[in-house]
Amino acid sequence: MAKLADLKLAYRAYMRGYSYRRIDWTPGAMLSVPLAEARICVVTTAGFTLPGQVPFDATARGGDWSFREIPADADVRRLLTSHKSDAFDRTGIDADANLALPLDRLRERRGRLATVHFSFMGSITAPERLMDTSGPEVVRRVAESGADAVLLTPV
Amino acid sequence: MCHQSVGLIQSLLEREGIPTVSISLLPEVTARMAPLPRVLVVDRPLGYPLGAPGDPALQGEILDAALAMLRFPAPVLTEWPSRAVPSGSFRPDTRA
Repeated sequence: MAKLADLKLAYRAYMRGYSYRRIDWTPGAMLSVPLAEARICVVTTAGFTLPGQVPFDATARGGDWSFREIPADADVRRLLTSHKSDAFDRTGIDADANLALPLDRLRERRGRLATVHFSFMGSITAPERLMDTSGPEVVRRVAESGADAVLLTPV
Repeated sequence: MCHQSVGLIQSLLEREGIPTVSISLLPEVTARMAPLPRVLVVDRPLGYPLGAPGDPALQGEILDAALAMLRFPAPVLTEWPSRAVPSGSFRPDTRA
């Protein structure tokens, strides 16, 4: 698996001194339906956008905290990547978006998946707006969509 | 930084009563944010959360391993490929 020691020196130095933010949560959320029937929503930080959606802003100071909504019937082969980080190898997600947003795998395995999925661009070093604005908005949309559970994937 | 974003969104969802499971490729960062609700630490490089591009079998295996964790009460952390876990570290939920 990946280790911080494998990252470029500049990232290692930055992350060593970085104070990670946390949000308190309380245990208790459980599936209300059997797993096989659960409508799964995927939230990824791979920075995917669909054609026609505004690309993420790689120049935003502190990171682009916005998100894009990906409908369940989206063709993952049409997804574009605009992730700004060079801390990871993007050739995998460029070749196959299922690597981070596995909509094809969910369709093959399950009768139901959530109606909407969400994409962020994860290089957010100043996450305050994610914590107080875009994050809560995604939570609201997930709840509204009737999704039973959420899978989250970083890159 | 991706892992911080994932941890924050995951915590917001769980706080509102929506069960979540996340994949982690960087357990050192995940540990700095612990406890997170349900985490599957996947032994793959950054950028490869579901294993490999163009490998539906591997992607499906990791996806299934992650979704299976939704049966367990949070917090719980598991590794893929699976390793022996001391008994008593988590208990199965009998409802799901």
